Amino acid sequence: MTRKQKRLAVIGGGVAFLVAAVLLVMFAFSQSIAYFYVPADLKTTTIEPGTRIRLGGLVETGSLTRGEGSTITFTVTDTIGTVPVTYTGILPDLFREGQGVVAEGAFAEGGLFVADTVLAKHDETYMPKDVADRLAAQGVELSGKETIK
Amino acid sequence: MIIEIGHYALVLALATAIVQFVLPVAGTIRGDRSLMAVAPAAALAGFLLVLFSFSVLTFAYVVSDFSVANVWENSHSLKPMIYKISGVWGNHEGSMMLWLLILVFFSALVATFGANLPERLRANVLAVQGLISTAFALFILLTSNPFVRLAPAPAEGRDLNPVLQDIGLAIHPPLLYLGYVGFSVCFSFAIAALIDGRIDAAWARWVRPWALAAWSFLTAGIAMGSYWAYYELGWGGWWFWDPVENASFIPWLAGTALLHSALVMEKREALKVWTVLLAILTFSMSLLGTFLVRSGVLTSVHAFATDPTRGVFILAILVFFIGGALSLFAFRAATLKAGGLFAPISREGALVLNNLILTTAAATVLTGTLYPLVLEALTGEKISVGAPFFNLTFGSLMIPLLVAVPFGPLLAWKRGDILAAGQRLFAAAGIGLVAGAVALYIEHGGPVMAYFGIATGVYLIAGALTDLWLRAGIGKVTPAIAFRRFVGLPGSAFGTALAHIGIGVTLIGIVSVTAFETEHVVEMKPTMQVESGGFTLTFDGMRKGQGPNYTEESGHFTVARGGVVVTDIWSSKRLYTARRMPTTEAGIRTFGLSQLYVSLGDPIAGGGIVVRVWWKPMILCIWLGALIMMAGGAISLFDRRLRVGAPQKARRVRPVLEAAE
Repeated sequence: MTRKQKRLAVIGGGVAFLVAAVLLVMFAFSQSIAYFYVPADLKTTTIEPGTRIRLGGLVETGSLTRGEGSTITFTVTDTIGTVPVTYTGILPDLFREGQGVVAEGAFAEGGLFVADTVLAKHDETYMPKDVADRLAAQGVELSGKETIK
Repeated sequence: MIIEIGHYALVLALATAIVQFVLPVAGTIRGDRSLMAVAPAAALAGFLLVLFSFSVLTFAYVVSDFSVANVWENSHSLKPMIYKISGVWGNHEGSMMLWLLILVFFSALVATFGANLPERLRANVLAVQGLISTAFALFILLTSNPFVRLAPAPAEGRDLNPVLQDIGLAIHPPLLYLGYVGFSVCFSFAIAALIDGRIDAAWARWVRPWALAAWSFLTAGIAMGSYWAYYELGWGGWWFWDPVENASFIPWLAGTALLHSALVMEKREALKVWTVLLAILTFSMSLLGTFLVRSGVLTSVHAFATDPTRGVFILAILVFFIGGALSLFAFRAATLKAGGLFAPISREGALVLNNLILTTAAATVLTGTLYPLVLEALTGEKISVGAPFFNLTFGSLMIPLLVAVPFGPLLAWKRGDILAAGQRLFAAAGIGLVAGAVALYIEHGGPVMAYFGIATGVYLIAGALTDLWLRAGIGKVTPAIAFRRFVGLPGSAFGTALAHIGIGVTLIGIVSVTAFETEHVVEMKPTMQVESGGFTLTFDGMRKGQGPNYTEESGHFTVARGGVVVTDIWSSKRLYTARRMPTTEAGIRTFGLSQLYVSLGDPIAGGGIVVRVWWKPMILCIWLGALIMMAGGAISLFDRRLRVGAPQKARRVRPVLEAAE
């Protein structure tokens, strides 16, 4: 091989690698992105059972019930819509009724949301930003300590 | 009064930083040596001023001076002393002070140890450092001033976020910042080289120690952060691909690439333009990380406060430095002459492959981290990109890199023989496969990839040792000579081997925890038992306790193996009284490199409690590997060839050492 061919081979190899990486990223995006919804959105859009989404809102006061073992159910609300959620595992320390929460998972047949991850705030002074933004957009009043900082 | 003096010292530090930028630049333009000589003095003065200012803030925390708003917001008189001190940087303002302190610390180091640098280069490097210091001092004074007073002074503080009340806060941020900010020196060297339009192997030899130091600290900082999250959050996870974690991981990937490309430039004068670009990009990623973490665009335990003016200010800093540096690069890169040629199969070729993969990986992680932010800004649509994305993309990219790593040091410069290198690695690959088979025998039933993962980890370790083995000539010369040669190998040879061994060790840890960990979530009442990792845990009951600023409920577990009691575990839930904030204090017991991890959930009706028990096989390998990598970086740093510094001297030493290679 001449030097020029060699250089072309090296550059070609590098470009091929980058193209492969870009394709990989696009494939991974198509597989693993979870869209964020609040209950009000779900009145107008239907999510196919099995599609991963993030569901955000407030844990409805009085909705938390413990079932078999460590399975719990609660309702996520944004005062416009509500979605029943079930989750098996240990809830985050800051999970409380009346406060913000983000649940990640998918709907089962019949409208029950099966969460495999539940995120609450890291700090008691602010809400998960996604939740706060969307709730504010829906015109939900956040009172007292839950005020977005 | 002392607070105001500290505040004033910070203002003076800003003025000094401006001087440190303006005068040396004027000096290099006009060729005025006395103006250039201002740079080191200004750097030292700036460091002392910021150090004083930082000490004053620390003093305010130590004596719980709640007339300072920052202390009132983040401290409490009952907090243990260690958390009063580490709490200084456990909030936005204080952490920016630490950022600035470390930045001027590095400037002072360049001023002190840069005596052998060419005058113009040193002046320009320190001037760029001065410009960065100016930007951050302004940022602190204008948007994040920690010295603001409250009148009247409240009687008691609001306490630090309990999650941060941990020894981890004393270690993780300083180490991480030493890494993040350490790359600013490489950035300044790159800008200085572009201003001068001159760059050579000596430049790489000056830059590499800074890159090595920053990289070692960043490695330790990330590992420490990971371990802290693992034991403090009580979720049993050690890496979440959280945007904030990614923010520190991207500069690490870019910095690793920089270390390797600077090596090519130092030895062969090749890849000059690329190395300069990488030096700029690495620190740009550090700045981007600072922006992501500090601006409040992300929700995270790290984002202490979300004040839009701060976000805009940091964004402006980011755009100014990255945009400015890249524009300068675009204008001047053509003036940097390309250097040595090499065949694709050679040490240089292997290092180019390393750079290609590492920078692609960094770009991938960056894409996954920024995509949700960009999409939200453009369309308002909210999405989350989680672990599955990063595992798929980053994981796939790492496979070819990990296989290639042991080849690099075995290939000759300029033109290498890949078949010969492959033959020499037969033994390492064999040992790896045997290890994979042994893992299959001990712990069958895992995914096939897991055994290949463990085989690859062992192959990396054995491959790194092969290099040392061959260099010492073990088996070819008498043991006495081999021993002498081994001891006489340059520090960088050991550094390389250790760093590569560290990757192998970390990989083994990651693979075995991911594939073989077990998790049980059970409701337990006293005397009930749960099996995990071959141990039987018996729940004995709960006990109430009282700490200095919290109350806790702890569960006691007796751990037995084969009917014999081995140890016991306390696992607690705390309630921090000042903020009414609960935390989980997981109970962890170490058995060799594996751990038993117990965290408590909520009480259930009838007196029981939800308990989560994990068996984490080989988990300590993850952080042990990082420590080994860091040790590799440190050993390379103390390599004589780098320490000697002056190019002439080093050149004289080199032929002797090269004979030994």
